[in-house]
Formats: sequence, C-alpha cells, structure tokens
Amino acid sequence: METLLAIIGGALFAAGIYMVLRRNLIKAVIGIILISNAVNVLFFNLGRLTKANPPLIWEGNTLPVSPFANPLPQALVLTAIVIGFGLLAFALVLAYRSYKELGTVDLDDMKMDPVEVSAEMRAEEEQVNQ
Amino acid sequence: MLIALLSIFIVGLIAPGLYSVLREKTGWVLAILPFSVFIYFLTLFPAIADGEVITQSTDWVPLFDVTLSFYLDGLSMLFALLVTGIGTFIVLYGSGYLAGHEYIGRFFCTILLFMGSMLGVVLADNLITLFVFWELTSFTSYLLIGFSHDSAESRNSALQALLVTGIGGLALLAGLILMGYTAGTFEMSEILNSGDVLRESPLYLGILILILAGAFTKSAQFPFHFWLPGAMAAPTPVSAYLHSATMVKAGVYLLARVHPAMGDTDLWFYLVTGFGAATLLISAWLALCYTDMKQILAYTTVMVLATLTMLIGMGFPLAHQAAAVYILGHALYKASLFMVAGAIDHEAGTRDIAKLGGLRSLMPISAVAAALAALSMAGIAPFFGFIGKELLYEAALEAPMWSTLLISIAVLGNIAVVAAAGIVAIKPFYGPKVETPKHAHEAPLSMWIGPITLASLGVVFGSLPFLIDSSLIVPTASAIYGETLDFYLSLWHGINLPLILSVVTLLGGIAVYKIWTGLQSSTPAGLYSTTFHDGPKGGYQFLVDGMLSTAGWQTRVLQNGMLRYYVLTIVVTMAVAIGYTFMSRAGFAWNNELGSVELYEWTLFATIIASALIAVMVRSRLAIIVALGVIGFGLALIYLMYGAPDLAMTQVLVETLTVILVALVLVHMPPLKKSEAAGSKFRDAVIALTLGGIFTAMTLTAMTLPFDLFISEQFAEWSYPAAHGRNIVNVILVDFRALDTMGEVVVVAVAGLAVYALVKMNKKQSKNGGAES
Repeated sequence: METLLAIIGGALFAAGIYMVLRRNLIKAVIGIILISNAVNVLFFNLGRLTKANPPLIWEGNTLPVSPFANPLPQALVLTAIVIGFGLLAFALVLAYRSYKELGTVDLDDMKMDPVEVSAEMRAEEEQVNQ
Repeated sequence: MLIALLSIFIVGLIAPGLYSVLREKTGWVLAILPFSVFIYFLTLFPAIADGEVITQSTDWVPLFDVTLSFYLDGLSMLFALLVTGIGTFIVLYGSGYLAGHEYIGRFFCTILLFMGSMLGVVLADNLITLFVFWELTSFTSYLLIGFSHDSAESRNSALQALLVTGIGGLALLAGLILMGYTAGTFEMSEILNSGDVLRESPLYLGILILILAGAFTKSAQFPFHFWLPGAMAAPTPVSAYLHSATMVKAGVYLLARVHPAMGDTDLWFYLVTGFGAATLLISAWLALCYTDMKQILAYTTVMVLATLTMLIGMGFPLAHQAAAVYILGHALYKASLFMVAGAIDHEAGTRDIAKLGGLRSLMPISAVAAALAALSMAGIAPFFGFIGKELLYEAALEAPMWSTLLISIAVLGNIAVVAAAGIVAIKPFYGPKVETPKHAHEAPLSMWIGPITLASLGVVFGSLPFLIDSSLIVPTASAIYGETLDFYLSLWHGINLPLILSVVTLLGGIAVYKIWTGLQSSTPAGLYSTTFHDGPKGGYQFLVDGMLSTAGWQTRVLQNGMLRYYVLTIVVTMAVAIGYTFMSRAGFAWNNELGSVELYEWTLFATIIASALIAVMVRSRLAIIVALGVIGFGLALIYLMYGAPDLAMTQVLVETLTVILVALVLVHMPPLKKSEAAGSKFRDAVIALTLGGIFTAMTLTAMTLPFDLFISEQFAEWSYPAAHGRNIVNVILVDFRALDTMGEVVVVAVAGLAVYALVKMNKKQSKNGGAES
C-alpha cells in the first residue's frame, strides 16, 4: 500500500501544481487544496503504515498494544490539516474579494499598471472622503 | 588617544542639542574640544620629536584579532595636529559662515564626527580599525558634501563622492586583508617591519593594486579626480577642511604609511609616481579652466595631491622630506585660501573671479590672509611653500629614473599653481572695484581668525624653519621612508638649479596669469577639459546609469507581476535542483510490496487518482467540488484503515467544511471558461507530471531506508505516566508539542479574523453599491 500511497501523493501534487499554474484564480485555489492534501499523504506515508492498532492506551494499561500505528506523523498531519484549512478559507475569501473588486478571476487581467492602480486608489479615496 | 578620539565622537553626537542651548556661541564652545585635543597631541610632541613611537591598544573584537590600537609616530603626529588644529578653526569658521542656518546643529555634528573619523584613520594601528575609520570618513563626508540636501547638484556630488571613495574603500579592504594575512599580523606597526615578506609574496602585485585603488580614489588621482571638484557643492568650511587636512589627504597618508612595507620596488615607482605625474599634468590645466574660485582651488588641491603621490612614489629620503614639508605647507595655505574664498562668497555674494575685484579696502584682513597664503602657495621666499617647492625640484632632479620628465612636469605644475595663486588672491582684491551682488564688508572674527592665523604660520615656518624641522618634519619624513633620517630645513640653498627653476616657475606663472583670461576661452582648452574632466565623469555616469537600468530590467523580468510565472520559476527550479540532486546522489530504489495490496485498496487508489484527474480536466464547478470531496474522503478512509482515527475524524470534518465553503464561494464566482492555449497547458502538464514523478520516486526511495521510531516510542511510553493521556496523538498535540499547537491555533484564529474582515468589508461595499443603484 505504501507504493500506492506514494503514487497518490505524487498524483495529487502534480494535479495541484498544474492547477496553481493556471490563469484562473479559482483553479489556483483548488491547486492549493490538492497540494496540501499531497503533503499530508507524504507525511503519513513516511511514518510507515501499520494496519494493526491505533496509538491508543486501553483502560488499565500504561502502554498501547503493540504493534501500534506511529503517532508522531499523525500529530503533525493533524496540525497540517487544520492549518491547511485556515489557509484555504483565507485564500478562497481573498479570491472572492478580488473578483468582487476587480470583476475578473483571470490573473492576467488582474495585473494592472502600478500607476493605474494608485490612480484608481486615489479616486476611490476621494469618493470615500466625499 | 582613545579617550581623545571618543570625546570627539560623543560631543559630535550631542552637538545639535548643545546648539539649541548655546545658540550662536556654540562654535566657540565646540572649538574648545578640537583645540584641547590639539594641545594633548602637543604634549606628546617632545617624545615624537625624539623619534619615539607611542602605541596604545584596547581589545575590540579579540576573536578576529581586531583591536582598537593606535600608533603615533611623526607622520601620524603631523596629521593629528593638522586635523585638530585646522579643525578648531573650521568649527569657528563654520559657526560664522552658517550663522542662522537652519541645519547648523547638524553641521556641527557631522563635522565633528568627520574630524573624529579622520583622526582615527591617521592614528589607527590595526588594519581593520583603519578601514572602519576610513569608511567613516567617506560616510561623514557624504553627509557634509550633501549638506544642502535640497539641491540636486549637491546630492549628486555627495553620491558621486560616496560611490567613488566607497568602491575604492572596498578595494582597500580587500588589499588590507590580503596584506594582513600575508604579513601574518593586522597591526600596522608590525607590518612595517615585515616589508620583505610582503615584497616577495606572490600576492604583492594584487595587494599593491588594491591598496593603490583605495588611496587613489580617496586622493582624487586620475582618473578618479572628478569627484573632488564636484564636492565643491559642500559649504565652504567643509571644502576647506576636506581639502587641506582631511579626506583627500587620507589617501596620501595611506601611501606614506605603507611605503616602508610596500614601497621600494620598481612597480611602486612606476605606478605611484606615474599616476601622480599624470594627474599633476591634467589637473594643472583643468585648474586654469574655471573662474569659480572654489573650482580653481579644488584643482590646485588635486595638483598638490598629485605632487605628493609623485614624491612618495619616488621612494628616496629627499623626496619624502619634500612630501612632509608639502603636506604641512599645503594644509596651511589651502585651508586659508578656502576660508577666504568662502568669506568672499559670504560677504560679496559671489565667488566667480570674473565678477570680483577691488575688495581689498572692504575686506582688509581677508586680503592679507589671502595674500600670505597665496605667496606660500606660489612658493615665494620666505614662505613655507618655497621650502617645499625647492625640495620638490631637488627631489625630481635626483629621481633615479625619468628625472628630466619629472622635473618638467613639476615645473609645469608649479607654473599653474603660481598662476592659480594669483587668480584667487590678486584678482578679487586688487584692481578696479567691481559691483558685487551683495555689498561687501569684512567677515566676522570667527571667519577671519582661521585664515589669518594659518596663513601667518606659513610665513613663520618659512622664515624660521628650525622651529619645526627636527621636531616634526624629520620624524614625519623618517616615518614615510621607514628609517630614521637626519636633516634640517633652510630657506637658502645657494644659487643652484632648483633656485633657477623657481625663478622660471615664477616668471612662467606670472605670464600665465596675464594671459589667463584669453587662455580659458581657446578651443583646444575646451577640448582638453572635455576629455579629461568630462571623460572620466562621463564614464562614472555611464556606469551608474548602466547599473540602474540593468537593475530595472532585471526587476521587470523577475518581478513581472504574473503570479503563475513566479510559481513557474519556483517550481522549475525545484524540479531541476531536487531532481538532479536526487538522481546524482541517491538514485531510485523501491520495495515492491504490491503483492500484499488488497482489492479494496486498489479500488480506493483508482478512485482518488480518477478524482484528481477529473478535478484537473473538467470545467464544471460542481464536478470539481465533488472530485475534491471524493479525494478528501478517500484520504480519510486511508487514515482510518491505517490506525489513525483522529486523523480520519479531522479530515472528514475539514473536508466537509471545505466542500461547503468552496461551494458557497464558487456559486458567487463566474463559471470556468476555456481560456488558455493548448501549448501552455501542455508545458504545465509536463512540469507538473515531472514534479509529481520526483515526489513519488523520492517517497518510495525514502521508504527503503531504515526507519528510526525512537521519538514515537518515547512519546508512547511517556504518554500515560507523564501526561495522563490515553490518546497518544492528542497528548503529543496538547502536551509534548503544546507550543506548536498554540502557534497553530493563533494562525487559524488570525485566518478566521482575516476572513471575517474580508467578508465584512464586502458588506459595506455592497451597501454603497446599493445606495448608488
């Protein structure tokens, strides 16, 4: 199964990279989701797979029943999943805001001349002041 | 010595504060400081006159052999006295010249810091200390030259001076470090005794060129001479100080200082004397191409520096004797002349020679000071300049090589000096009175006390040379030469060739002065000045512009504002760097355990891969959301199968939220359109698959390596006894790695706040939008 999981990781990573390289902002965000999944799988896999027992200590024992799954990568991946979710939520809302502000999800169209941008910002400021 | 030095820096830093208390008296109060340091050096005078050398040392960075060590011999003493003595008058003069100026406090601060740095350069024994002070003079002179920071010319000149001397400084640093390693010590006092090691070292040529680059840039030798006249944008007290006793003399000081260790070779003679002679010839002409008093004086400074370089290059006692006399003589008259030029500018409103004349009756003291200084500069008996010039001629005549050429250049140069002396001292004060922009009157006491004192010293030392010859000039010349010399100075050497040459010089100078106005407008003169002034300056400008445009081009290419090209750059670099290292160092390895894979595992695998493909290929937003969900829940199943219930639980929760969130947001976004060329899709697919391949290959290879479970087992063992937790993963998160988890919580909280802010901002906006519609 390690082999299959390694291929899954590579496939998700490749899919993620491909999506991040797209012009569409939404696709880039989806790419980020795929990449973080790929990295989680990598960590989990490198900690070696154990089908037997989860790393839990039963009532009355002080040690888990051997053989048990490696708890360390699990802790790391757990952290990564949650952080990845925070990143995703932020990226999604940011993409949404950019679309609302700029009226496009095309990264090339979003690129404006810095002079233009500052002129627009000034105009907006004036509007707010009025 | 350390205390004397530090006191200047400390007082310099508090000078602006002092000014707000003492107001116009600040100059007089602050002048006490350099004056008392001057007195301090005078107390050490007898010892130095006896040929002693005083060293003091304090550890600074002992780890790297950097000590704050100081070395006082004749050469350092001469410079220390000049720096502090003239510095005293400069502070006074500055208080008069800039009286009422908005930034006068800043002026006092920087000029004192500059003085301290210069003093540090001439006293430093450790090479690194020397370099630090050397750079400090570059830096503080940048501030001083750019003092009138609201003028573009002033800023450009300051930057030019900083860049030229700064680049030279870098060369010097390299030279000093090589020198230190070759000689095996970083103390100048010890290096002076290991000249043979240096001269025989294969690195000698490199060290010499690097150190000369530092000295020549600082001392404005051709082709770096253009920054010094540019530095005239500084207020006059600064120019006077920079030119007479400090900054530009630092290069000469360095040459003189390292001569015993580095000199005495043919290469030294050719390079140092050669550059000196060339600069002398070029600047002699350039000096006569201007009508601005300060520009003329600036080029005469370049001439003197060139003469000194030439003399130090010659490398025999008489030349060094002449150099020692020249340093003192020049400092005295040049400081006076600059201060007088500044006084004229200040009182009459212009310093253009063509617009000045007949000021003698209006500014009598300045006129006297200018006359005394100019006579010394022109080298007329009984002024100190005369002794210097006679020695220069004698030295040039005795030069081991090229003596005829050198004496011709020396005479030509001095003819220009005589003419320049006449231009700056006679023209403004004598002849018919010319209407000046301001009604001229005598400058205040603080502005004439300096020039008159220094100019008078020129007469005193000239007529009574025994006052200083054995006590100051002999130790200085000995320090330059590297061995104790014994000689005395006198005005009258009998009627000999140097005297005849002096007369020729004088007559030639007067003749040039007479025809000067016609000379400057002639065409060859214009061409000449274009070639030798604008040429190097244009080269400098070209380099600066080239650097800026290269930087601009590079920024436009690298920072093109296209997100996916940034990602592409990173990703390709990663693929190449990791892929190459992996294949060349490790190579692919694989434990084939596919035989033990169950059917349901194959199914899961196929589902996830297919979903990834769908997520990439389809354009329907709903299909993408579903594919993402399948991938997430598929992974959760894998976590569950392999003993990670916590992970599975988290993954399910997060995946659910993700799908809901993505669906919510995508509803408000436009549908995905086909927008990209097949070519770029293919390129990206190749890159992505390559990276994915490397990813898989490295994972598989890593799995073949032995695995160390030590940490995991420790955690499992401690979990219950130490943390009273039965879920080991939880214990790791909240106990063993609690700080990590806290950081994570903070990150998620911040992300949550940011999301909230972005959404809320949106509401406000839409309200506005609603009001508009």
